Amino acid sequence: MESFILHVDRLSAWVGKAFAWCILIMTFGVGYEVFVRYVLRDPTAWAFDISYMMYGTLFMMAGAYTLSRDGHVRGDVIYRLWKPRTQAVIEFILYFLFFFPGVIALILAGFDYAGESWSYTEVSVMSPANVPIFQFKTIIPIAGILLLLQGIAQVFRCVICYRTGEWPAHLEDVEEMETMLQHQAEDVEQIKEHLHIGEKGGVK
Amino acid sequence: MTDPQVAVMMLGIFIFTILLGFPIAFTLVAMGVAFGYYAYFDAERMQTIFDNRIFDLLVNQTYSVMANDVLTAVPLFLFMGYIVERANIVDRLFFSLQIAARRLPGSMAIAALATCALFATATGIIGAVVTLMGLLAFPAMLKARYDVSFSAGVICAGGCLGILIPPSIMLIVYAATSNVSVVKLYAGAIFPGFLLAGLYILYVMGRALLNPKLAPKPRPEDIADVTTGQVIFMMVTSFFPLAFLILSVLGAILFGLATPSEAAAVGALGGLLLAAAYRALTWERLKEAVYLTVRTSAMVCWLFVGSWTFASVFSYLGGHDVIEHFVLGLELSPVMFLILAQVIIFLLGWPLEWSEIIIIFVPIFLPMLPYFNVDPLFFGILVALNLQTSFLTPPMAMAAYYLKGVAPPHVHLMQIFKGVMPFLSMVILAMIILYNFPQIAFWLPDYLYGGR
Repeated sequence: MESFILHVDRLSAWVGKAFAWCILIMTFGVGYEVFVRYVLRDPTAWAFDISYMMYGTLFMMAGAYTLSRDGHVRGDVIYRLWKPRTQAVIEFILYFLFFFPGVIALILAGFDYAGESWSYTEVSVMSPANVPIFQFKTIIPIAGILLLLQGIAQVFRCVICYRTGEWPAHLEDVEEMETMLQHQAEDVEQIKEHLHIGEKGGVK
Repeated sequence: MTDPQVAVMMLGIFIFTILLGFPIAFTLVAMGVAFGYYAYFDAERMQTIFDNRIFDLLVNQTYSVMANDVLTAVPLFLFMGYIVERANIVDRLFFSLQIAARRLPGSMAIAALATCALFATATGIIGAVVTLMGLLAFPAMLKARYDVSFSAGVICAGGCLGILIPPSIMLIVYAATSNVSVVKLYAGAIFPGFLLAGLYILYVMGRALLNPKLAPKPRPEDIADVTTGQVIFMMVTSFFPLAFLILSVLGAILFGLATPSEAAAVGALGGLLLAAAYRALTWERLKEAVYLTVRTSAMVCWLFVGSWTFASVFSYLGGHDVIEHFVLGLELSPVMFLILAQVIIFLLGWPLEWSEIIIIFVPIFLPMLPYFNVDPLFFGILVALNLQTSFLTPPMAMAAYYLKGVAPPHVHLMQIFKGVMPFLSMVILAMIILYNFPQIAFWLPDYLYGGR
């Protein structure tokens, strides 16, 4: 079970991070469009399609990665007051009620939707460059499958937490500035306490 | 059970589930699918159990989020924010503003407010602003014998200004939910944003003048001995580049030179240049910014996927009509309606954060605005002002928690809340002023883009 969690976490993180770089393509692509439009007066025919495709791809493919880092917003006013074991039981049930049905529906429906688009190699109607979009629509079922796998991993996490009474640790990863600094502040406190104890020890 | 009753039940179950703390985006998707299966059930089309139009609806709504041209600006602005956040700029900014403001009453508080406002406007990430300022300005203020609650209030309230003053991500999200143009929203939010920031500064100066114990004048030995030339140099290297970045992004949007996404992309490039100029652009930091951008974008945009699916099923079942009938049946005057709507949003801000409120709950009010002759632009600005409070009101006062997390141990959460209260009343005052003088919001969009 632990190794499944580890592998799925790695897979989600790898995919999420790989597609995260779309933001750079998007930044430079759109920046280039602005440049050629104003400086060279020769706008591109593809920049708009690129920008929404990069945007759509990056957030869809990062859904599972964000889930593995507990990054999806939740109303945790009451949740945070519970013991880890209670949290695990409730989450376990809720994954089956409120996660798998929706995600499975997304995979199945997305599969048909993408298939239809592939059948006539659909192109974008938003710009004259005939940018293909069937591969973009295929993102939906793929993102769904990643979410499904990650969902199973999260359910395993609940099981482990129920057994041990503690949430299993996440992979090391970048944290938001505030989380990082708050941890640092906690560490400083701990070190201070530690030193304090050390000083007392020294007095003896 | 009639369909509208089912819709009300759907909303009830949803609110209950939110309180259980399950990730909201997926709750919305699953509930949309389940109730949609019921709503669109058609026995004649059923050859297999998957012959139900809810599946088409789900995938179409997902695709319309993926190809939404307003939301493309979200990851770009986030990226710009994360880059600027990591550019080592905040300490320079605070230090030079503090010196520039040294002769004003409550100089450090004003410098902290201005730093928060500018930095938060550029990054739009409240947690980071409050935490960084909590580590930098808060100890400095305490050392200068400022009152604990007073200083804490300044930092928490100042950090939240970033979601109001454009270019802010919250307004883009509101634009995507309400179909008001981002450009007009930005134009409309500028003066209300300045109004609120101005009220904060007036409050700080007033309190410092009336009660110098709160914010003692710096002792002569604490004032660094600098010439005017040095002050100007410090401002030129810290304050002006960031202000220039914000103004050029905003100006390009307002004068129609670029769409919000284009301006955001150029802003992100500018942020990269700025970071490089401050020698803070390392491969490691770029990677961090990219990964954090993708996570936050996924958080916001999956919420849209869920919300749009949920909302279409909800309104197909007649849920919006029920709520509309109920509210119209109360025979409220427009003022009463606005007050009611804002009070509900204020209360929702206690347990929830702005993203859930704007994406899920604000759309419930939007269809009712025409009955009361309320402009959705005006409503949006009021909501944006109002949501300042969602970070400051317990039990989910994120700004206060972030500050508490990095504050010295002798600072209690209650002291922080006590310091935040006067700023909350400033927010409400700003809303009252805006209500009575709607021109504050309308003047600039009307001036730039003609009549409504």
